[in-house]
Amino acid sequence: MGRLSAIGWVTLVFMLALAILPPIFMWTGQPFYVDLTTRLVVLAIAAVGLNILLGFGGLVSFGHAAFIGIGAYAVGIPAYHATWGGMDFIASYNGFFQLALALAASALFALVTGAIALRTKGVYFLMITMAFGQMAYYFFLSLDIYGGDDGLTIDVRSELPLISLDNPLTLYLVAYVSLVVAMFIKHTLVNSRFGMVLQGAKGNNERMVTLGFNTYKYQLVAYVISGSIAGYAGFLLGNFTTFISPDMLDWTRSGELMFMVILGGASTVLGPVLGSSIFILIEEVLKGVMGWFDGLLEPLIGRELGLEVYWHLPFGLMLIFVVLFVRGGLMGLLKRRGK
Amino acid sequence: MDYTLLFLQVLNGVQLGLLLFLVASGLTLVFGILDFVNLAHGSLYMIGAFVCASLTFLFGNFLLAVLVALPITGVVGFVIERVVARNLYDKDHLDHVLATFGLILVIDTLTQIIWGVEGIAVPLPAWLDGQVQLFEGAVIPSFRLLIIGSGLSVAAGLFWLVNYTRLGMLIRAGASNRTMVSALGIDIQTLFALVFALGAMLAGLAGMLISPITEASIGMGNQIIITTFVVIIVGGIGSMKGAFIAAIIIGLIDTLGRSFLADIFGLVMSADAASTAAPAVSGMMIFILMAVVLALKPQGLFPPKVR
Repeated sequence: MGRLSAIGWVTLVFMLALAILPPIFMWTGQPFYVDLTTRLVVLAIAAVGLNILLGFGGLVSFGHAAFIGIGAYAVGIPAYHATWGGMDFIASYNGFFQLALALAASALFALVTGAIALRTKGVYFLMITMAFGQMAYYFFLSLDIYGGDDGLTIDVRSELPLISLDNPLTLYLVAYVSLVVAMFIKHTLVNSRFGMVLQGAKGNNERMVTLGFNTYKYQLVAYVISGSIAGYAGFLLGNFTTFISPDMLDWTRSGELMFMVILGGASTVLGPVLGSSIFILIEEVLKGVMGWFDGLLEPLIGRELGLEVYWHLPFGLMLIFVVLFVRGGLMGLLKRRGK
Repeated sequence: MDYTLLFLQVLNGVQLGLLLFLVASGLTLVFGILDFVNLAHGSLYMIGAFVCASLTFLFGNFLLAVLVALPITGVVGFVIERVVARNLYDKDHLDHVLATFGLILVIDTLTQIIWGVEGIAVPLPAWLDGQVQLFEGAVIPSFRLLIIGSGLSVAAGLFWLVNYTRLGMLIRAGASNRTMVSALGIDIQTLFALVFALGAMLAGLAGMLISPITEASIGMGNQIIITTFVVIIVGGIGSMKGAFIAAIIIGLIDTLGRSFLADIFGLVMSADAASTAAPAVSGMMIFILMAVVLALKPQGLFPPKVR
C-alpha cells in the first residue's frame, strides 16, 4: 500500500496543481497558459477514453480522433443551423442537446465500427480502426455546407444554464471537472467485474472465452464507452477552439493521442493526464527550441526561417529514439511503470 | 447511360487501382515477410514524387527522371531499413507503429524544408501530354495509358519475380517461415533489406507516375497509406494476388462511385439531396466495402495460407 499511496499523492498534487494554476494564470494576466492548460485537459479526457481500450483492453485503436471530431461537429452543426437556418430538427445552441448529440453520435459510430473492427485482432484491428477514422475524415471533408476542407467557425458556444462557456476560466473549470469525472469513471470501470473481464481478455482471450465470457461483447461495450468519452472531449474542444475542420479527424491526430496514452503509462489513474501534459510540454519546448535556433541563425542568414513550424522534426526523431533505445520499446516502459 | 463515359471511368479506375497496387504490393511484402508494420510506406511514395519532380526539372525529361529516381528511392528505402526498421523487427507491432509514425513526421518535415510547403507540378514531355482517341468519342490522355501500361507490366514483372525466380522463391519461403530460411544458410538480413528496397521502389514509382497528374505535395503519402491499408485488408495481409485484385476493385469502386453515384442517387431521391449525399457516400464507399468484406471474411479475400 505504501507505493500505491505514493502514486496517490502524486496524482493528488498533480490534479491540485491543475486546479489551482489556471486561475492564477488568469488573474496574473497570462491567458496563453490558460489556453494551454485547457487544451491539455481536453486532450487528457480523450486520452482517458483511449486508455480504457489501449491500456486495459489491449486494443490498439488508431482512429480515436474521429470521435473527437464527431463530438466537435455535434457542437458546430446545430449551432450553424441555429444561426443560418435549415435542418430545424437539429438547429440549437442548447448545450445539453449538443452534448447528447455528441455522445449519441460517437457512441453509434463506435458501436458500428467497433462491431466490425473487433472481429479482428492485432494489426488488423489497428489498420481497420485507422481506416474507419479516415472514413469519418472524408465524410466531414465532403460536407461542403459545413465548410468542407476549410472548416467551420462556431459563432455561438454551447449555451448552458447559469454558466457561460465564453469565459475562458469557466470553460477550463468545466473541462477540469469533466476530466476528474472521466478519471473516476475509468477507475471504477477497470476495477469492476467488467474491467476484470476486459483485462482478462487482454491477457488471454481464449481462457476468458473458455470460462464462459463473451469477450467480444465486453470489448464492444468498452469500445463504445471509450469512443463516447473521446466524443465528449470533442464537444469541449469544439467549444474551446470555436473552429472545427476535418483536420481534427486526421489519422495523425489519432497517432498523437495514442502517443500520449503510451507515454503516460497505462496502469495508473494519472497516466493519460501525465501523457497529455508531457506531450503539450514537449510540443511547447520543441517549438521554443526551434524558435531559439532560428534566432541564433538569423544574424548568419539575415532572415528568420520560421523554424517553429518544423517542431515535428525533433519530435519524430525523439519518437524513433524512444522506441529504439528504451529497453523493450515503449511497451516496456508501460509495463515497468505498472510494477 | 453514357457507355463512353463509363468506359473512360473504368479505365481511370483501373489506373488508380494499378497505382494502389504498386504501393500495396510493397507494403504487403514487407508485412508478410518481415512482419513489420510500416506506416511510413506512404512517405516513400511521396519521396518518389518529389525526387522525380526535381530531376524532371534538372534533366528536362520526365522519363529519364523516373529512371534515375527509381534507384534513389530504392536507396532511401534501403537506408531506412538499415537505420530504423532493422532494429524494430523483434519488437512489438505497437512499437513499429510508433516509430514509423515518428519517421513520417521526420520525412514530412524534411520534405517541407527541402522542397517547400507548396506542391510541385511536374511537366510532361510534349509527346506524352497529348490525347489518344481509342474509338469514336473516347479520348484519353496518353499519359494515363502510359500509367496503365507500366502499371500492368510492373505487376506482371512482380508476379514473375515472386513466382519464378530464385529471389522470389526465397521471398515466398521467408514469408512462410523466416527461421527455417535463415537456418538453411540464406542471408536473411540482406533478403529483408532487398525486399524493403523493392517495396520502396514500387511505392516511389507510383508516386512518380501520379505526380504529373496531381503534383507532388506534402502529405500525399499520408492520404494514400490509408487507402493502401484498405487494399491489403480487403485482399488479405501478405497476399500479392489479394493485393492486386483488391487494388483494382477499390480503384474501380472509388472512381465509379465518385462519377456515377449522384446519378444513381438521383433515381431514388431529389436531385438536391442526391448532390449533397453523393460526395459524402462516395468518399466512404471503399470503407463500406472493407466493412462488408471483413464482416464476411475477417482475414480478407485471400488470406495467406501460413501463419
